[in-house]
Amino acid sequence: MTQQGVRWTADQVLALAPDAASRKAGSKLGAAGPWSEAGSTDEGTVWGLCRGSSSRPYQTVIDIADSTGPAYKCSCPSRKFPCKHALGLLLLWAGEDGTVPRGQVPDWAEEWTEARRKRADDKRAASAAGSPASGDPEAARRRAERRAEHITAGAAELEQRLADLLRSGLATAEQAGYGLWEETAARMVDAQASGLAARVRELGAIPSSGPGWPVRLLEECALLHLLDQGWLRRERLPGGLAATVRSRIGLTGPADGPPVRDHWLVLAQYDTSDSRLTTRRIWLHGAESARPVLLLSYGAAGRAPELALPVGLALDAEVSAYPGAGQPRAALGEQFTPPAPTAIRPPGVSVAQAAAKYGEALRDDPWLDSHPVTLGRVIPTPDGDTWQLADADGELALPLTPATRPGSGLWRLIALSGGTPVTVFGECGHRGFTPLTAWPEGPGEAVPLC
Amino acid sequence: MNRTPAPTDTASTDTASTDSASTDTSGGSHWEELVTAALLGTARRTPSGIPAGREAPTALLDAAAVETVRRRAGMRPGRAAARVEPAVEDPRPLLPPAAARRLAMLLADRPGTGGGSGGRRGSAPDLMELLPQWLTTANRRGFAPRPEALPALLDAARGRTDLRPAVLAFAGPRALWLARLNTDWRFALRSTPGGGAALPGPEEPDRIRELWEEGLFAERVALLSGIRARDAAAARDLLATTWATERAEDRLMFLDSLRTGLCAADEPFLERALADRSRNVRATAAELLSALPGSALAGRMAERAVSCVAVDHTQGTPTIAVEAPHECDPGMERDGVVPKAPAGRGERSWWLGQLVEAAPLGTWSRRLGGRTPAEIVALPVADDWQSELHAAWCRAAVRQRDPSWSRALLGTPAAPEAGGPGAVSLAERAKLLGTLGAAERADWVAGFIAVHGLSEAFQLLGVCTVPWSGPLGRAVVDALNIARDAGSYPWSFSGVMGLAERCLDPSEALHLETLTAIPDEPENAAPGAGSYWSESFQRLVTTLRLRAAMQRELEEE
Repeated sequence: MTQQGVRWTADQVLALAPDAASRKAGSKLGAAGPWSEAGSTDEGTVWGLCRGSSSRPYQTVIDIADSTGPAYKCSCPSRKFPCKHALGLLLLWAGEDGTVPRGQVPDWAEEWTEARRKRADDKRAASAAGSPASGDPEAARRRAERRAEHITAGAAELEQRLADLLRSGLATAEQAGYGLWEETAARMVDAQASGLAARVRELGAIPSSGPGWPVRLLEECALLHLLDQGWLRRERLPGGLAATVRSRIGLTGPADGPPVRDHWLVLAQYDTSDSRLTTRRIWLHGAESARPVLLLSYGAAGRAPELALPVGLALDAEVSAYPGAGQPRAALGEQFTPPAPTAIRPPGVSVAQAAAKYGEALRDDPWLDSHPVTLGRVIPTPDGDTWQLADADGELALPLTPATRPGSGLWRLIALSGGTPVTVFGECGHRGFTPLTAWPEGPGEAVPLC
Repeated sequence: MNRTPAPTDTASTDTASTDSASTDTSGGSHWEELVTAALLGTARRTPSGIPAGREAPTALLDAAAVETVRRRAGMRPGRAAARVEPAVEDPRPLLPPAAARRLAMLLADRPGTGGGSGGRRGSAPDLMELLPQWLTTANRRGFAPRPEALPALLDAARGRTDLRPAVLAFAGPRALWLARLNTDWRFALRSTPGGGAALPGPEEPDRIRELWEEGLFAERVALLSGIRARDAAAARDLLATTWATERAEDRLMFLDSLRTGLCAADEPFLERALADRSRNVRATAAELLSALPGSALAGRMAERAVSCVAVDHTQGTPTIAVEAPHECDPGMERDGVVPKAPAGRGERSWWLGQLVEAAPLGTWSRRLGGRTPAEIVALPVADDWQSELHAAWCRAAVRQRDPSWSRALLGTPAAPEAGGPGAVSLAERAKLLGTLGAAERADWVAGFIAVHGLSEAFQLLGVCTVPWSGPLGRAVVDALNIARDAGSYPWSFSGVMGLAERCLDPSEALHLETLTAIPDEPENAAPGAGSYWSESFQRLVTTLRLRAAMQRELEEE
């Protein structure tokens, strides 16, 4: 694997920044000035010395080829991750102006990369040698049984509460306010059913979500009821659906699907956060398997999740699916090459086909809010106060979801299109389409929209 | 989106989802019934079709679950709204990839993107300050931006009005197309007449006439200025066709466009405008005529001015004697002299200033004994009239773009009071410098800095061509070096430092390397000044390197 001609774009580098301040600080360091003895190898190690306010320059090293996305080390005191020096160095490296020539890894950088790679190898060897049989299998079985009993009790209680609500009417939910749901959610946490708890918490927000809330509340109550019933009758469900129910309830098993090696194109990466957790979603598209895969990575509040794969790059790697029928979620396994730019694009479908794909996906997972899909030849079109994606060659259109960031992403999409067809990857569901990445009709790089 | 097919167009909206969607068109009303029952509560309303033996709430939830999944699975796309007209093609070549990346970085450094940078500036370059230069080069090279960069460009221009002309020129027609769709960017439509539709060229006389007669005011100004830039006479003729019917404020703006390419052939038109109903139009016409030394107005003004100024040989040394006008007669007023003096100024000196300012400078050599401008400026002036007279000559030199008079009034840069014999202000000196050639201007400012240091040089540096010439650049760097050795803090010079970052020739970076070291602190130096200077010079060097890289990236094909 050679690094020549496969540098990243500035946007791809800046996408790694944990926050806007780092993005800005990193941009400023993306120039030769403060850097010395910078270099890179074909294997994906980039290093350099950056003069800062301390008398000794900071030592910055990045391993682009790490299996979980770029890994960084910098001797600066910043707690940001990656720090501005790592971002600056990557920008410098991406700049192709010869200030980061290929060279021999200096000892200080070599030590770190070697140790990292060895740790990764050990971990892989350990997991290949058999899953960690955590102590006594009999004890583990008993623990699982106990937990299932807790969940069953929780699901039964939730059923009771839903029935009470329907008996007295949804209109009462508006007066009951948020506290009712918070308390119920806490009960579900006690029952060790985190999936139920999260759904219950979302119910609490619906009565204040604007016109049409009774319909949305009934839908979500019904689906919650469906999930309870699925759990209570899980023995009678087909295997795939039972696994989906377990994962929706909050019992996530390990990603035990067979490893699939493919050329994975990074379609989109975006973060959502609440007060406790930042969740990063990364959508991949397998060039040969033609399937979408979702990688999830978490970070404590205010800290960027570790896994970072810039949009538009592709990597030769193995992924393993999590259990559950139709589940796009997978875990990233061995990575055979560092991520590199690619001309691969996912094939596009019409808006009608996109809606149908979501409908089909509901067969495997009725609780699915949206489904990853790439629309081909669509035109962003204003529709009153909102926008829709309309088939260039037809008369149908999907509305954009209210979740579509009204900010720069949407306008980048509109600018890219200029009223002409584009290819758009996003999530298509019952609320509409959320665009995440777009490509121009002719040649051109992927444009991230989120 | 349609949840259920409308009965009338099931055939035409046939989609792949029909197999999973219910063909049962009563599904909609069933759902409505479920929602109503749920809202009121099953205690009050029991939905129909509850199987025996099931609790009503549970049965309702069962039915609603089926209905919800069915509704979602059967969802279809809606009808497309009316498409917008696509943006017009941008024929310019796309930015090279490296330059596109650079632009993304420059735009990422927008104010308000975090990193509170209040107070002292660090050693990292201020990217936003480099954006104007980047835009100038990109525009000169005729590149088009990648479309996805347009929102960030428009946002940058929205926040900084000074950037707007360059951003909008670079952003091209698609930016205006976008601006029509987003009210945040409406400024782009106001700033660009005609909303980006190309102005008609000389080969389209009909379109020119149509636009001139029916266009919006901004479009007409743009059209007139465009034509004036390529064919002065054609613009004047076009203006003449409708002159009599234009509104006064429009006449003023149109007249102003004649400043470009002003020539003797404009005189008859301007002479007629001297009789305009509007005082402002008259004043502008007079000002333009006075910038034409051969014009009849210039001759009349010369006659009046000359009668006020003479050499008095009765003293030991020849001395200029001034006799200011005693009245502002209707003729003077018609030629643009403003009769009423501003508060605090004497009427007679006010009239004198205007006469001298409007008289052709060539007049004075003849009047004052064949002396050169330098000799005239050197003559003593009686009765405290010197500053009045010299200031008027300065304005005349700037208006008539006369380098020999400018030179005389500037004096040598090394003159002790730094002002030359005319003792003119820095602002006036900057204007006078503007009439000189780029090299001479740079040399003069370099000489000024060498003698007077940097504290007053800021305004003068601003009129020098970028990148600075070798001698000027070296003078600035030497002066900074001297300031550093004197032990003061660099932020007293942050204005000049900032200018140097933008204006020094990038090739100077090499010479500056040695200055980035932390110097030994001299006695009496401000504490820590040495490392702050080192930081400032690092920033300067880094910025110059960055500018060199920017230029290189934009040179690529």
